[in-house]
Amino acid sequence: MGQIQLTQVRKSFGEVDVIPGIDLMIEDGEFVVFVGPSGCGKSTLLRLIAGLEDTTSGTIAIDGKDATHLPPAKRGLAMVFQSYALYPHMTVRKNIAFPLKMAGMSETEQAARVERAAKVLNLTSYLDRRPGQLSGGQRQRVAIGRAIVREPAAFLFDEPLSNLDAALRVGMRQEITELHQSLKTTMIYVTHDQVEAMTMADKIVVLNAGRIEQVGSPLDLYHRPQNLFVAGFIGSPKMNFLAGAEAAKHGAATIGIRPEHLEIGAGGPWQGTVGLSEHLGSDTFLKVALDTGETLTVRAGGEVALRHGDSIALAPQVGKIHRFDASGKALA
Amino acid sequence: MSTQSTRLAARLMVAPSVIVLFIWMIVPLAMTLYFSFRLYRLLTPDRTGWVGFNNYLWFFNAPDFWLALFNTLALVGGVLVITVILGVLIALLIDQPVKGQGMLRILVISPFFVMPPVAASIWENLFMHPQNGLFSALARGFGMQPILFLEDYPLWSVIGIVSWEWLPFATLIFLTALQSLSSEQLEAAEMDGATPVNRFRYIILPHLTRAITVVILIQTIFLLGIFGEIFTTTQGGPGSASTTLPYMIFKQAIVAKDIGRAAAGGIIAVILANIVAYFLMRGIGRHLDN
Repeated sequence: MGQIQLTQVRKSFGEVDVIPGIDLMIEDGEFVVFVGPSGCGKSTLLRLIAGLEDTTSGTIAIDGKDATHLPPAKRGLAMVFQSYALYPHMTVRKNIAFPLKMAGMSETEQAARVERAAKVLNLTSYLDRRPGQLSGGQRQRVAIGRAIVREPAAFLFDEPLSNLDAALRVGMRQEITELHQSLKTTMIYVTHDQVEAMTMADKIVVLNAGRIEQVGSPLDLYHRPQNLFVAGFIGSPKMNFLAGAEAAKHGAATIGIRPEHLEIGAGGPWQGTVGLSEHLGSDTFLKVALDTGETLTVRAGGEVALRHGDSIALAPQVGKIHRFDASGKALA
Repeated sequence: MSTQSTRLAARLMVAPSVIVLFIWMIVPLAMTLYFSFRLYRLLTPDRTGWVGFNNYLWFFNAPDFWLALFNTLALVGGVLVITVILGVLIALLIDQPVKGQGMLRILVISPFFVMPPVAASIWENLFMHPQNGLFSALARGFGMQPILFLEDYPLWSVIGIVSWEWLPFATLIFLTALQSLSSEQLEAAEMDGATPVNRFRYIILPHLTRAITVVILIQTIFLLGIFGEIFTTTQGGPGSASTTLPYMIFKQAIVAKDIGRAAAGGIIAVILANIVAYFLMRGIGRHLDN
């Protein structure tokens, strides 16, 4: 079991309200990702759930029981830190066994559980090494191993992949997703990388300045962003926004159109010249300066042979325009 | 520094300082060794000559030699135990965030800036003095007889004074070591269910081993030669109760003016220091690697 409910959780450091009040329900077995720009309070929120920070007001309930004032160890949660926080003077085996030892488990039971965790994470041949002798990815796995041996109610990940190189990050991302599928334990994952959020999450919580902007499944957020912030944050490259006369034509203060929803072809309503073109092989990203002065990013096929200075016309795909009112809220 | 010529150049460049340091070390050592086998008394300078091991034998047969040897080691060991244990505890304490932290730290460090004879005088006259001392006033306040520290517990008194002087050094080293411990490690241990005592035992103490080793090695070097505190307070007495090897050498050289015997004592002290260093490096030297 690992159901976590936050009710009006508030956190302030002195005068500063880092989290002005959050309500959130995390169901048992869900993979929830907190995503947002740096400084949005996502790590603080995770630390509040872990018990490493005191909540200023509000309640945190785990499996229906109030855990707001429980010390971290009593909450039954395990955390994987950004720096892995492995104990450098202990072997991998002792690192993984540490929470079991602290819980007073018998030596044989400890050994059995460590073996099992090591097998799941492909660490069996490294058990007698020290963290200093391991690569980044292996350390990451040891940190996860230390979390899973406790069989916690939920796992908390605090930007666990940000210290890995790009190739390893993709691999670990898949491993964590597979781990979630086999363990079926609740996982809360904090990241600033929206690709990680989109690929891993069952449910994404988009945070901005300590507030929840939107909660939903990845595709939900992609197709139906509720406001300008979510629209701009989810999706890569970013959604294009047009304001003024062009938006007024659609009866909105701002309209948004994703780069992949723009068609190149004569007869389109928006004329402009190509500024920068990035050829990725599979795709081509074009920066187009419109004659009206705005810049649009366009995602085109890999074979598009447009170069700097070419003039093109763009048309939005039917029904793919997002409309927002003056306060940034999405219009139906 | 990879080609043969750069390596040769490196050696040539370093050579002058190595040579100077070597001479600096070897000349006094050779002269001490030379005098230790000679009859050389400043009161009878005309009588000189080789005396073989007589100077050494005098030391080994002196009634207070073995006591002095024991006192030397007891002083080193006692001060090490006190400074390491109290140093770790005080470092943990002043690592906590409090108001006036900077001022507090300066206060904790300040005893280190007091010169040894001054520190010893302060302790002798302001704290341990049987009439005017703070401790005797306290004892009288509780209706007890003042403790005669320097008379009844001379070695313990000296150990106390020297510990007070060296505690700031140990605390400072431990404090910097504590500050290099990542807070995420402590938080991880907290999540893993470690109590404060277990966090100290399994995370903080292992993190401090290298700092503790450094403190023990450095302090041992200085503590083996402690002299000023004894000279200022007990003068090695009562009797020989607080005489150490350096103090014994001082008595032969300056009081008895027997340079030959003092030199023999010096060589014994060098051998003792090497024995201590050997066991220290065997015992805890491995903590300095990696």
